[in-house]
Amino acid sequence: MGRKNNKRTILSVVAIILSAIFLSPLFIVLTNSFKTRKGIFLDVLSLPFGEFFNPINYVIAFERLNFLNAFKNSMLITVISVVVIIIFTSSAAWMLVRTKSKMSTFIFFMFAGAMLIPFQSVMLPLVRWMGILGFLNPRGLIFMYLGFGSSLSIILYHGFIKNIPKELEEAATIDGCNKFQVFWYIVFPLLKPITMTVAILNSMWIWNDFLLPQLVINRAEWHTIPLRMFFFFGQFAKEWDLGLAGLTISMIPIIVFYIFAQRYIVKGLMEGSIK
Amino acid sequence: MKNSKFWFFTFVGPVLVTFIIVVIIPTLMGIYFSFTNWDGINHNPDWIGLSNYFAIFERGGDFLDSFVFTAKFAATTVVTINLIGFGLALLVTGKIKYSNAVRSVFFMPNLIGGLILGFVWQFIFTNVFSHVGGVLGLDFLQGWLATTATGFWGLVIVMTWQLSGYMMIIYIAALQNIPKSLIEAAEIDGATSWQKLTGITIPLVAPALTIGLFLTLSNSFKLFDQNLSLTGGGPFNSTEMLALNIFRTAFVFSQFGRAQAKAVVFLIVVAIITLTQIYFSKRKEVEM
Repeated sequence: MGRKNNKRTILSVVAIILSAIFLSPLFIVLTNSFKTRKGIFLDVLSLPFGEFFNPINYVIAFERLNFLNAFKNSMLITVISVVVIIIFTSSAAWMLVRTKSKMSTFIFFMFAGAMLIPFQSVMLPLVRWMGILGFLNPRGLIFMYLGFGSSLSIILYHGFIKNIPKELEEAATIDGCNKFQVFWYIVFPLLKPITMTVAILNSMWIWNDFLLPQLVINRAEWHTIPLRMFFFFGQFAKEWDLGLAGLTISMIPIIVFYIFAQRYIVKGLMEGSIK
Repeated sequence: MKNSKFWFFTFVGPVLVTFIIVVIIPTLMGIYFSFTNWDGINHNPDWIGLSNYFAIFERGGDFLDSFVFTAKFAATTVVTINLIGFGLALLVTGKIKYSNAVRSVFFMPNLIGGLILGFVWQFIFTNVFSHVGGVLGLDFLQGWLATTATGFWGLVIVMTWQLSGYMMIIYIAALQNIPKSLIEAAEIDGATSWQKLTGITIPLVAPALTIGLFLTLSNSFKLFDQNLSLTGGGPFNSTEMLALNIFRTAFVFSQFGRAQAKAVVFLIVVAIITLTQIYFSKRKEVEM
């Protein structure tokens, strides 16, 4: 028994050391973000105390990033896109499962097959084509997120709905509900677990996405957080005092979200990987 | 019957039309443009047949260099990410203290966007590595990201740091599905830890291993954000991966037709990787 306890202690210590190594890059960025540029240059491993303590970095970075504006843009685009994706893909997947026809099967396989297409192989014609349609703006971006998010979301909903019995729906139809009512009042509430997964997967992707907004959004006032960070770094290259404060600010929302929704995030990302 | 068709298209129509406009039409346009001399401005480019494809496969071309670099990178990260991810999964399922907190830490890098992570690590490699190298007198910690080799390993480290926790979660789920009775039976028969690992654990998590390997492979092949913010393809484009190469061919050199030919080849390679994964996963399912 003693040997087993020893082994357990050793493994615990190893795990804690490894966690410290995993966290160290973020910790070093955090400590240095509170220092002057000279403080960073002289000793990058020192803690931000004494003459090099310089929290004003945050005020400057926050202003130059126009962070509140970028946060608002990221938030609006992510939330609206995710809601739109949930509404349209859940209802479409339900109809695809409940309709037994060649057309229905074909449409499902078209969505599933598109999972093979990497974004970079369609981005050039996409930008030209969206330009013609006048979609190079936040509204167009949300439209494109629905298009690119539809495949995975429909596959996930499709797999889930297949296992729901349809007796309830039939009973509701006999009681005089139309399809909208059946879907919204009977089916949609049953989809809650998979809706959480779809919501998490799509929000993580859209929140962190850089390339699509970079191609679609051409006005500074519409920039999302990753986009604003990219231009911020282009402008203040090697001004690490500001850069690190900016990086820290931009990571705060996702880390706060992680602390509160960890269980759902881990579960959601796992289910998404297995499909 | 008419009625049911009406409802079918009311529910499926909006997302189907969006999908066709956003995904299907650009894919077809892309294939067409790869056979033209499209420059991004002229809306009616000329048909030039296979010229773009011949050009991108010319010996000593930037595309082949990118291809080789990307393949090496993907081959390396597949090994590092899955080894470390599997190791972490074994570690945190081994009845350790603070197991949940430790899992959260390993998983966290996975949530932060690739662009931001690239900038974080750029600071670590250029400032922290050189400082530590100076203090400890270790020359190999100097000048990171300034050479092709350190750029390569820098990308490998960032990607491994980011994705191992994700693989860990996949492997934890697989490890928890192993029946306890099997392990106990082996213990009664006097199996060593190593024998239990190679005789029971690894064969039983093989399906998850297939998922892990291919997920890492296709993620590494498609890498863009980290590449852009960590090395920017430098020095001298020697760490430019496929996605960044396609992007630059179009937006820096205005050779949209040629970039699109690269994009079509890219599509084929990624599709083959994914289809192979599906083939192996399905075969495993039948065996189980």
